[in-house]
Amino acid sequence: MRAKVWGTSYYVLAGGLAILFLFPLIWTGYASVAPAGATRQQEGFGLGNYAGLLDYDSGLTQYLWNSAYVSVLTVAFTLALAIVGGYAFARFKFWGRDALFLVTIAILMVPYSTLLIPLYSMLGDLGLRNTLFGLSLVLTLYQLPFAIFMMRISFESVPKEIEESAMVDGCGSFGVLTRIMLFAVWPGLITVGLFSFLAAWNDFIAPLILVSEADKAVLPVAIANLRQQAQGSVDFGATQAGVVVMALPCLLLFIALQRHYVRGFMSGAIKG
Amino acid sequence: MRHSRKLVGAAYAAPVALFVAVFFVAPLLLVGRMSASDWPLLSGDMGVNFPANYESIGDNPLFWPAVGFTLKYTGIVVVILLGLSLLLALIVADGGRRGTGFFRTAYFLPTTLGFASASLLFFGFYSPSIGPLDPLLQWIGLTDEPVSWLGTSGMALFSTVVLVVWKFAGFFMIILLVGLQAIPPDVYEAARLDGASRWQSFLHVTLPLLRPALGLVLILSVTGSLLAFDQFFILTKGGPDNSTVTVVQLIYREAFQRFDLGAAAAISVVVLVALLVFNIAQFRALRRDA
Repeated sequence: MRAKVWGTSYYVLAGGLAILFLFPLIWTGYASVAPAGATRQQEGFGLGNYAGLLDYDSGLTQYLWNSAYVSVLTVAFTLALAIVGGYAFARFKFWGRDALFLVTIAILMVPYSTLLIPLYSMLGDLGLRNTLFGLSLVLTLYQLPFAIFMMRISFESVPKEIEESAMVDGCGSFGVLTRIMLFAVWPGLITVGLFSFLAAWNDFIAPLILVSEADKAVLPVAIANLRQQAQGSVDFGATQAGVVVMALPCLLLFIALQRHYVRGFMSGAIKG
Repeated sequence: MRHSRKLVGAAYAAPVALFVAVFFVAPLLLVGRMSASDWPLLSGDMGVNFPANYESIGDNPLFWPAVGFTLKYTGIVVVILLGLSLLLALIVADGGRRGTGFFRTAYFLPTTLGFASASLLFFGFYSPSIGPLDPLLQWIGLTDEPVSWLGTSGMALFSTVVLVVWKFAGFFMIILLVGLQAIPPDVYEAARLDGASRWQSFLHVTLPLLRPALGLVLILSVTGSLLAFDQFFILTKGGPDNSTVTVVQLIYREAFQRFDLGAAAAISVVVLVALLVFNIAQFRALRRDA
């Protein structure tokens, strides 16, 4: 009897919390297609709000392209640096190795805003302000601590014997890296790629500060600006449609790559 | 041979070293120089004026309110997040039950959204024109009039805390879940044989063994809350009446609304130092007790 009461209250509590957590997500999907005043969807359910996004300012496709471009560049930079860096930290001894690793991890200790003020000025001097390329470099910086850490432990967990036998067969260190090691560490690469993609896709404050031209805005900034359209009144329908457009890739990636997601957390939890 | 292997290693590390030097060490040095200089946004470096920027921090009428608000917000968020994420982790760690996989996914899904997306979502969620809360509350019969979710400073803080807890509880749940699963089952078995109740074994077995994971949650949530920006920038815009301006928002305002990079850099340096001291203290405290 007691176990039964316990079991029922467990499901009431767990289920109630699940409803609270899912409700806003379900609501935003609903609100993006439901009819409401002062939106592009006045009568009946439909995609009016999404159609409205397509020709708002530079157009949804432009913002989608900007966001995708920045995210892919960030992933590429992060992976490239993490592969060579992780390999170096895991397999070589060289002067300044520990210091460099510490400095890289120390990036985590410095608040975003503390670096964005000088970076704003520096990117201007380098001619990279207002460019998506420069933005990607800054976003890469914030992915480095996790990426380098993750790839270092990934490379370290590959048995040394595999490498040594390849060396005997005449492979140089670069051959070992590209022909053998990369295949052994690919789960780590997927986790690093996933996290850096999501971080770049969703980042708000860096593009807000570093990119001011309207047609180079990334999605989060564009959708946040869109609220102030049309004589100061807010188009809530378009806002929620924008939220859905931003959220969908994240949800799909989560569903497809759940295992790699959790591994990222675990590496942090174990070492933290 | 050994010598050349060192060179090869350094060569592989060189891209990272170069990148970190240009985009991390150089800006860190530059922010120090900016904070000691007269540096308007548009005209650039106008020469050293140390310590004018630091002296004017205290004169900024928004500074102390922003510090106070940020600390208050951090305290509230951290307490609620720790408690709720622990509850969620305990719910989904109960592997013997059906449905734990579903619950885990349900609690975690908000984490997959970006912070700006989540803030925009709640911006609509709280709006009187399309938000679902007012109709719902009126239907239940709790109120007759629409609630102003962001209208007063108290409500704006409450509504933002709800957003942040919704967005991050699942993230911290996973960290605590990993910690829970690392506790060997025989410890519980031993506690049960000694006659410990469920509650006693939670207090005396689970909590002490969960310390490292709880410590990680504490440090991440404190640091994240102290640096709050997106949620207030989008949801409350610092209002009403500047009552929800956080320290990072203040940096943004100094730099890009008052066009004073020197002042912004000075506050940034203060935040950096405060955060370093705070994190070192937290690490020490956690280590000493462990």
